[in-house]
Amino acid sequence: MRIAIVDESASRAAVIREGLAVLDDCEIYVVTERRGMVARIGEIAPDIVLMDLGNPSRDMLEEYFAVSRALARPIAMFVDESDEESIAASVDAGVSAYVVDGLAPHRIRPLLDLAVRRFNAFARLQADLDEAKGKLAEHDAVDKAKRILMDSRGFTEPQAYAELRKTAMNQGRRIAEIAEALITAHKLLGGA
Amino acid sequence: MANELTIGFLPLVDACLPILAQEHGFAEAEGVSLRLVKDMSWATVLDRLLYGHSHAAHMLAPLAIATTLGRGRPAQPLSAPFVLGLNGNAITLRPDLADLVCPSGRLGDPRIVGTTLSAFAKQSAVKGKRLRFGVVHRYSSHNYMLRYWLAASGIRPDHDVEIITIAPPFCADALEAGEVDGICVGEPWNSVAVERGAGRIVLATAQIWRRGVEKVLAFREPVMEERRDQVEALIRALVATGRHFVDPANWDANAAILARSEYLDGSANIIRGAIADRLLLERNGKPVHYPDFMFQYREAANFPWVSQAEWLYTQMARWDGTGFDASDAAKAARVFRPDIYRSALAGTNEPLPGASSKVEGSVGQTTVVGTQQGRMTLESNRFFDGKTFDPANLEGYLASLT
Repeated sequence: MRIAIVDESASRAAVIREGLAVLDDCEIYVVTERRGMVARIGEIAPDIVLMDLGNPSRDMLEEYFAVSRALARPIAMFVDESDEESIAASVDAGVSAYVVDGLAPHRIRPLLDLAVRRFNAFARLQADLDEAKGKLAEHDAVDKAKRILMDSRGFTEPQAYAELRKTAMNQGRRIAEIAEALITAHKLLGGA
Repeated sequence: MANELTIGFLPLVDACLPILAQEHGFAEAEGVSLRLVKDMSWATVLDRLLYGHSHAAHMLAPLAIATTLGRGRPAQPLSAPFVLGLNGNAITLRPDLADLVCPSGRLGDPRIVGTTLSAFAKQSAVKGKRLRFGVVHRYSSHNYMLRYWLAASGIRPDHDVEIITIAPPFCADALEAGEVDGICVGEPWNSVAVERGAGRIVLATAQIWRRGVEKVLAFREPVMEERRDQVEALIRALVATGRHFVDPANWDANAAILARSEYLDGSANIIRGAIADRLLLERNGKPVHYPDFMFQYREAANFPWVSQAEWLYTQMARWDGTGFDASDAAKAARVFRPDIYRSALAGTNEPLPGASSKVEGSVGQTTVVGTQQGRMTLESNRFFDGKTFDPANLEGYLASLT
């Protein structure tokens, strides 16, 4: 079976590809470039196309599947109505699947399940990464705010931190928020 | 939440009413809260609607009909109780082609541009270089308006020229890269191409059909029935938003909101131009005023005339090559739901047409229609070739087109 993974995010495509590598007798192709996508898919002649739901090229590709004479076998949306549940799960996970006409559902479902799990895993990774990045940014803000207090009020570092913490507790807000507010105020007052 | 409605949209100026209904509190005033979900393709907006991620969608009117008829995927009945706007699209050609077919400095005359383009397109086709046009979706008014104009100008779509699908945000890129010779797309994407020097606007679709139906507010029929109270509240909120939207006093503020990254993520200046019917036709030119480029409120613009759905069905039958089917025509007609529109606005001052269908493209300057409150005068809604569409005779109309 020939599978094309179409995703503008190369890292997500890699995660999906790795997940599908466990399948027997499958050839997997990754398409990340929008330019020349249609020609590339024509060359691959896939049995299944997996595409991220947010991909802006979906309408173009659906049109191509619908009217193209270039593909030897027509590709449809994954439209076997008995598989409504699988489709709903894939839409929830953010993947759209297109399947060549006549491919048996029992061959599609395990593959789609695997793809859905991979998309979900990638989304979790992304969320973890965003959270870690957010924490890092917060950490930077607290450091910057401490330095402002140390410079402007002659505090030691522990004193500066204690001041931020006290203000946060009094106002019922998070230290990072107080730090952000302080940085903003400092900027408005002409600080660097 | 029971009073919350999630609405999917694409970043286009004509997604304005739901966005602004939420931003200005018109929705809240009617007791509904809107959550807006942006996507980058119609396929995804539709998937979210069909699989319950959203209750309603900003949707191409022909796509709502195609989905109901099961074109391209299993049929699911959709309902459109509200038209989000008429027209607002334009045809932009690469500058050297535009110079051949249309004098610069103003919009072209659709008959003259069409005739000139026809001669050039046929020459190109003979040389084995068919002109290629991009539209935003196979089931879009853009596709049908472009084809209507080309065909009436003697150009056979799919034969003399090629028509392909391109997502709106990539239209300017495609023109610039020479992948297409022209595009038919909504704002702000024509102007983006113009600003880059990749194209020149030669026609507004409002010149092809003066009152052409564009996007609708689409629901899955069962969802619309279940949430009927919220749907009617939303319709009232959208009408109030439309009244506010067309008032020049609000254009700056509305353009600034729509330009934000969570909505259109674009230039407030370009968006304001579309709202104000002022288009920059070519780079370094002066904006040109073309009245009713977009049409969001007057003359009960949002009323879902069944005849509009029927006109779209005739074009679908014409270009899908499926021929006329009376049962499909009836299903297509039922997608537009004037009954819900009337029910939502009963007792307000908004004009409620008494009839649900009208002859489209009436050649006279004005048409008077009866409303529940009296009479309403409609300005010209003509097609550029002077043809009229009588919904009482769909097959006859289709036959007259070939």
